Amino acid sequence: MRAAVIVFPGSNCDRDLAVAFRAAGMDPVMVWHKDTSLPAGVDVVGLPGGFSYGDYLRCGAIAARSPICAAVADHAHRGGAVIGICNGFQVLVEAGLLPGALMRNAGLKFICKPAALTVGTADSPFTAGYAAGQTVTFPIAHHDGNYTADADTLARLAAEDRVAFRYRDNPNGSAGDIAGILSENRRVLGLMPHPERAMDPVQGGTDGAALFAALAGALTDA
Amino acid sequence: MTMKAVVHVMLKPGVLDPQGEAVRHALGALGFGGVAAVRQGKVIELELAETDAAAAEAEVKQMCDKLLANTVIESYRIEIA
Repeated sequence: MRAAVIVFPGSNCDRDLAVAFRAAGMDPVMVWHKDTSLPAGVDVVGLPGGFSYGDYLRCGAIAARSPICAAVADHAHRGGAVIGICNGFQVLVEAGLLPGALMRNAGLKFICKPAALTVGTADSPFTAGYAAGQTVTFPIAHHDGNYTADADTLARLAAEDRVAFRYRDNPNGSAGDIAGILSENRRVLGLMPHPERAMDPVQGGTDGAALFAALAGALTDA
Repeated sequence: MTMKAVVHVMLKPGVLDPQGEAVRHALGALGFGGVAAVRQGKVIELELAETDAAAAEAEVKQMCDKLLANTVIESYRIEIA
């Protein structure tokens, strides 16, 4: 099973994400943002954390209009799996593949620490390895993770069980304590916390491993 | 003659602006107590090859919708000069 990790100028979690995919038994390939198509046979696309294009204009805004993102959108519209972590989540909302927007943290500070999260739903290829209501801890490291959306969108996300993760102790002002959301078809996940930084005991925790393992399992079954 | 467009991008009313709020606090610390609210936005200047004002405005509107503003949280105003 093949995973593509998109590399933008300023990405800095691309290799961590590839390591996480590989640890779960997937075969990751790195794809440069100027490419116009994904390698054949890609099952999941990963948009990594970092500071694509130096966060110019808005976080993720320029990356979302890069040549490869049209191919990522096609992949998503065909029902392909996509995971966007941190800056990758910002790219997904800027690309319109997930609703809402990510604004400057309410406290205006860059926050870098482990965050306890409640799993909102186990009904997705990403969260099937957890139980809804379970607490997991992933590191967060962001300045612009304050999720916002209009009231209708927030109500819809809740009604359709599309909030994948919620902060136990909201660090950034996110509406509804939202840390990560799913697309309508549940095959696109965007989240600010970093599951790929919680894969090995040496990183301080392994709660992220079940996400990549579940994803690998779901894509094998498909 | 080339044209210049100035795009003003602001957070929509009702969207909390934590940066503006921090600026308001700092103004208060400097003794400017009469500031009820601060909203911070962006100004983007564009030099355009287009010479027709209406066509330029239509084009800049598309630029705003596609890139310059995130219309989920931001509104924009275009001036053509």
